[in-house]
Amino acid sequence: MALPVAFFGVFFAYPVAAIVARGLKADGGWQFGRIWDVVAQPGIGHVLWFTTWQALASTALTLLIALPGAYVFARFDFRGKQILRAVVTVPFVLPTVVVGTAFLALVGRGGLLDEWWGVRLDTTVWAILLAHVFFNYAVVVRTVGGLWSQLDPRQEEAARMLGASQLRAWRQVTLPALAPAVAAAALMVFLFTFTSFGVVQILGGPTFSTLEVEIYRQTSEIFDLATAAVLTVIQFMAVGAILAVHAWTVRRRETALRLVAPEVTARRPRGAGQWALLAGVLASVVVLLLLPLAVLVQRSFDAPGFGYYRALTSDDSGVFLVAPIEAIGNSLEYALAATAIAVVIGGLAAAALTRRDAGRLVRGFDALLMLPLGISAVTVGFGFLIALDEPPLNLRGSWILVPLAQALVGVPFVVRTMLPVLRAVDARLREAAAVLGASPWRVWREVDLPMVRRALLIAAGFAFAVSLGEFGATVFIARPDNPTLPVAVARLLGRAGELNYGQAMALSTILMVVCAVALLLLERVRTDRTGEF
Amino acid sequence: MSTTKKFAVVAVGLGLVTLPVLTACGASGDNGSADPKTVTLVSHDSWAVSKSVLKDFEKRSGYKVKVLEDGDAGQAVNKAILTKDNPQGDVFFGVDNTLLSRALDNGLFQPYEPKGSGLILPEYRVDQDKHRVTPIDSGDICVNYDKKYFADHKLAPPSSFDDLIKPAYKNLLVTENASTSSPGLGFLLGTAARYGDDNWQDYWKKLKANGVKVVDGWEQAYNEEFSGSAGGKKAKADRPLVVSYASSPPVEVIYADPKPADAPTGVATGTCFRQVEYAGLLSNAKNTEGGKAFIDFLLTKEFQDDMPLNMFVYPVREAAQVPEEFTKYGPQAEDPETMDPAKIAANRDQWVNSWTSLVLK
Repeated sequence: MALPVAFFGVFFAYPVAAIVARGLKADGGWQFGRIWDVVAQPGIGHVLWFTTWQALASTALTLLIALPGAYVFARFDFRGKQILRAVVTVPFVLPTVVVGTAFLALVGRGGLLDEWWGVRLDTTVWAILLAHVFFNYAVVVRTVGGLWSQLDPRQEEAARMLGASQLRAWRQVTLPALAPAVAAAALMVFLFTFTSFGVVQILGGPTFSTLEVEIYRQTSEIFDLATAAVLTVIQFMAVGAILAVHAWTVRRRETALRLVAPEVTARRPRGAGQWALLAGVLASVVVLLLLPLAVLVQRSFDAPGFGYYRALTSDDSGVFLVAPIEAIGNSLEYALAATAIAVVIGGLAAAALTRRDAGRLVRGFDALLMLPLGISAVTVGFGFLIALDEPPLNLRGSWILVPLAQALVGVPFVVRTMLPVLRAVDARLREAAAVLGASPWRVWREVDLPMVRRALLIAAGFAFAVSLGEFGATVFIARPDNPTLPVAVARLLGRAGELNYGQAMALSTILMVVCAVALLLLERVRTDRTGEF
Repeated sequence: MSTTKKFAVVAVGLGLVTLPVLTACGASGDNGSADPKTVTLVSHDSWAVSKSVLKDFEKRSGYKVKVLEDGDAGQAVNKAILTKDNPQGDVFFGVDNTLLSRALDNGLFQPYEPKGSGLILPEYRVDQDKHRVTPIDSGDICVNYDKKYFADHKLAPPSSFDDLIKPAYKNLLVTENASTSSPGLGFLLGTAARYGDDNWQDYWKKLKANGVKVVDGWEQAYNEEFSGSAGGKKAKADRPLVVSYASSPPVEVIYADPKPADAPTGVATGTCFRQVEYAGLLSNAKNTEGGKAFIDFLLTKEFQDDMPLNMFVYPVREAAQVPEEFTKYGPQAEDPETMDPAKIAANRDQWVNSWTSLVLK
């Protein structure tokens, strides 16, 4: 427990507190009066309202579109399921600026919707909502689908035998079992969309503004730290309230669910209704997720003889000191380090939260761990700068800062994945092994490890994807001689010239492939028990 | 054995596995070590220099150069101000005239007059009594036009701010959000300089009536909305006018394979606002000697000649070489709009706010 608390305190709470304090302290005294000045500004209420409203709407829409997907991925067997499940996670790692490009090709002028139905959604709130679905589809499919695939269908069948209607059986048997997973997924999606930045700016246009955008503007453009600090506090309170509600509504998940192996529950679709459902879900995945990604791939091949890919290997472009292709290695290094940190910290936290004697304090810590998902990256970044600049914590400018910052986002995922598995290990198994003469080491190796190892790998996959696509912290101390993939893409897009644009598309495609391959390798590993994420 | 203990075992194991990885990457702290042989440059993400030129400096001066890049120009300046008591490096490069007053008022730099400052072209000199900053490069923010569109429509491209509000150019221009984008702000300041404090809002009302489109950042304006760029062509963009840089057309030639005989885009030379970028010695620099040597280097002919094709800006030193592509496809504006940094600082936020309510609402 000590290590996660220390990690969270030093790399999250302390930097954020430092930058907020810097903003609220002026002329030697606390300026709490500033809070009311800011809150009273006419625009702020509007921004807060829009932020909350679009996050709720995005969450609802994501659930609406992705829950049938979760069901299909959980209960049906069809060819290409594994690859498709990896591919739907790919949007997660793409830099927003690239997603903007891909999405405009779908909803913008001359985009597909425009050609088919003459509909243009760019600069409307619909573009923002759809892009949020695009980003967060995988969150729901993995969180809810993972559990759904392991629910024993015979329980529902038993209810039917006892005379319940199909609807009632589902409502009283399946839904309660799924509820915690749906709630966890909804929370994740809400936090991600509540702090959405690039999507809102690029697809909504400059007329839309969220809290995150305002904090960025006040910090980076106007340099009004006091206002930024107040907005951060507001964001903090809003996210805190959401977490409290979530913690209060979700029961501890040690309810005895009869879980079975997913192989048992998935089968070929039967009957017209099931085939229609499968077709509908696949169609939505193709239009919403695959088409935008395909646009990027197609544009990366738009030069004769793989020209854009070949250009990636030359280092005299002046954009970087190294060939852009070297960004792949840098990205993988950061991602591996971040994954290791997130798995250790998250694993320890999950272990501490599992203990039967875990007090209310520890459980509160569970909610706290989610906070980094709901706090502005620019706040954390600036906090790092002014907080971690003195020995022994002189980490500014050290490369380790990047994986540390990325691990902050990775830890909640790891905890969400491992917690249920650790809670499900039956103590009697260990006792039985011990009675039969196994040493404690062997008990651990034979009983715990097989179960935990799989959850660990799944968790590691999430942490890896988060880190691979992470942009905010990386930009922070990126050196021109070691850019990561997302940084390199953004930098290439920031320049005129056809070759630069093409290389950005090519690097984005490489980023997608790296992510998909990594996830496919992890897909090969199956959990016995499911993660709530 | 409790779960926690077992986790400690796993953690230690993982730690042992990852430790070599971590150290192999070479963890280096920031310049707190105050290594007298290393000079650290803090800059924004557009900083670029040829490897050979940098190596040359390292060899001649005996200093090793470390570069830290901190996001865009505005972010980099703000971070430098936040950390001025314990700076991340010795030299800061990349504060431009729109941010200069903020940097100076916050005491970001200490005075240093570099060798070769006598060779800086007179129009770029600032802060002559204190020498806290040194101009290094300049660039013009101008409207670019898509040559093909205007040829196809047998329409002369616009050449001035006044032209942009003519009905012939209705719904053709895309610009960036002045509150978050550097070229967007430059274009706004250009109109403020051209039409004065009292009339620029009027001009924007007319521009809005003439169908100007505002998007968030340069990347989107140029790569998605502008019909003259590679991305725009693929996205079937329908705006042949975009707020960009005078150096964008040369870039379109240099970064094309095969290189075209002529640039696909041109510059409306009467719509420009001049941006100048400065470097300075940070107030609490740990290696002042190295920092001074580095600023001297930024003014050498070698660096000034090398700079245009790396950062796509113009040199400020007299008799520096301007590449042929520049003179041919993106000539510097004859008479760009300029504005005193102090005036920018005094009005910037208020202007951006009124621009926002006028144009975006």
